[in-house]
Amino acid sequence: MASSIANGGGGHDALRFYLTKTAQFFLVLATTLLGLVAVTFIIGRVVPIDPVLAIVGDRAPAHVYERARQELGLDLPLIQQFWIYLKKAVTGDFGNSVLTTNPVMTDIANAFPATFELATLGTIIGTIIGIPLGVLAAVKRGTLIDQVVRFLGLAGYSIPIFWLGLMGLLLFYAKLGWVAGPGRIDVTYSYLYTPITGIVLIDTAMQGQWDAFWNAVSHILLPACLLGYFSLAYISRMTRSFMLNELAQEYVIAARVKGLSEMRVIWRHALRNAAVPLVTVIALSYANLLEGSVLTETVFAWPGLGQYITNSLQNADMNAVLGGTLAIGTVFVLLNLVSDLLYRLLDPRTR
Amino acid sequence: MMKPLLEVEDLHVRFHLRTGIVEAVRGVSFQLGRERLGIVGESGSGKSQTGRAILGLTPPPGEVTAKRLAFDGVDLLTASKRTLRTLRGGRISMVMQDPKYSLNPVMTIGEQIIEAYQAHAKASRAEARDKALAMLEAVKMRDPVRVFSLYPHEVSGGMGQRAMIAMMLVTDPDLLIADEPTSALDVTVSMEVLRILDELVAERGMGLVFISHDLKLVSSFCDRVLVMYAGRVVEELEARNLHEAKHPYTQGLMRCLPTLANDVRPLPTLNRDPSWAL
Ligand SMILES: Nc1ncnc2c1ncn2[C@@H]1O[C@H](COP(=O)(O)OP(=O)(O)OP(=O)(O)O)[C@@H](O)[C@H]1O
Ligand SMILES: [Mg+2]
Repeated sequence: MASSIANGGGGHDALRFYLTKTAQFFLVLATTLLGLVAVTFIIGRVVPIDPVLAIVGDRAPAHVYERARQELGLDLPLIQQFWIYLKKAVTGDFGNSVLTTNPVMTDIANAFPATFELATLGTIIGTIIGIPLGVLAAVKRGTLIDQVVRFLGLAGYSIPIFWLGLMGLLLFYAKLGWVAGPGRIDVTYSYLYTPITGIVLIDTAMQGQWDAFWNAVSHILLPACLLGYFSLAYISRMTRSFMLNELAQEYVIAARVKGLSEMRVIWRHALRNAAVPLVTVIALSYANLLEGSVLTETVFAWPGLGQYITNSLQNADMNAVLGGTLAIGTVFVLLNLVSDLLYRLLDPRTR
Repeated sequence: MMKPLLEVEDLHVRFHLRTGIVEAVRGVSFQLGRERLGIVGESGSGKSQTGRAILGLTPPPGEVTAKRLAFDGVDLLTASKRTLRTLRGGRISMVMQDPKYSLNPVMTIGEQIIEAYQAHAKASRAEARDKALAMLEAVKMRDPVRVFSLYPHEVSGGMGQRAMIAMMLVTDPDLLIADEPTSALDVTVSMEVLRILDELVAERGMGLVFISHDLKLVSSFCDRVLVMYAGRVVEELEARNLHEAKHPYTQGLMRCLPTLANDVRPLPTLNRDPSWAL
């Protein structure tokens, strides 16, 4: 592919690499999004849900129905509808949501930060705890800590997330009262700050509204820990297996021969090498949380992208579904790019 | 007589596996001053495990026992981890077989040499850097400054092994264990690396344990040769008296050496008598 061109010799390798990379990125972004739009568009038109009925109701007389259909442009040939949609989309107009009546762009700009905030926090928790746990399990292979990590990993696969979420709410919110309930922030605090980034923790902190900030923390803690747990289960398991692989390498013995401390051998030599494949694992887990936290968002009444798309889908709100899908597609391509760059940064052999 | 640098008496290395006990080393004894000792033997005869046991780096299910295992009077079996760490790399070092695997792929060569130096010497980064560059020069790198900032995958096998030697000798150790340091290199490069190793060992008056398959190489390179078979030393000889070998295994090895003068064809095969392994 294009990246292999950048691997050739020459003085301006780095510059050429980044230029190729940027061009490649936009190409991938464009094709991915085009593909996504096409597929979602077609699926949206062939499913036996009638978006017109969703607007006019199923008792509307035939002429009302027909007018609404023409207004939506649904009487045109499919290819023409697609073309019109594309032309608008490049100007940032994804149509209006039937459900909220807002432009889809506005809805997504509201919903995405909520999902982003939750998924990012979850990934941070999963990474910060998951990596050390995985390293420990690998170093102390076969001991209790290793068993615990493996059990956590297994449980992360087999326990349904909504069940764990409900149990968490029952225990920590209803019974113990340690955390706030569903939602992002209590209504009383929600007027104390102006949304700027849409990320409540950042907005409240920036405006010095610490009471509101701590309230938001108390709201996000449980769902973030929940997502964090699932991400931790995956990350620690992969860290363990990458570390076992690295610890068996000759350069680890060489590092010990040099008289380095075991800490340095493990964290600086072995983990630094294990970090290369870990980048992909973390990016994957992050992407997973960004698109797949629908259940968590539902349980915790979190007004994020997952919930938005699900609601829209249930109401045949195709503009919203398309917009949401595109947003997730864009995030995927972006994440891919970032992990690609990190990979290059961490592994000199790929430069 | 001067106290020997390294004393090994009745060294055993056992691996407790689920399938039973593997005895990799079974009662090896030798002493070493500031001289060159060669260890030869076929694959699996326990050469590497002997070297690793001296460094205290026997891999996990392995267990080391010995009547005596001491370096410069320090008992290596009872020494604290801390003491072992200061000895390792500081006074005893090891050059491993294949630079492709024994150098850390994500650290520059310079970084790895600096790290080895700073693990034992209280030196600023600038001093360590100078030392590392001097060491790269000592192993005859043509362009030390350039090699310093290269990653292991960017150098050839011969350069990699010289970098490895630089890394392992930067602390001026008293004893170097070289475990088949040239068997991953091709012949011409291998000779060059050996010449450099030879020079440095002589210059610094180090003790050397040279592990190899190659009896001829060992005998030309070392003062004394241990021949190992199935975890035991079957013969110990002065290198120049190789022809006086008494053990049939050594004699067999010698007969297998092709010489230019009397071309034996086909080369004799090595017969192994099960009783040697007892
Ligand atoms: N980690 C281990 N677990 C179990 N047995 C091992 C382990 N490492 C080595 N051994 C056993 O120890 C014996 C000696 O191994 P060693 O590596 O010392 O041989 P060697 O003489 O260096 O051989 P080579 O010339 O192939 O390097 C081998 O027969 C092997 O079966
Ligand atoms: Mg070996």
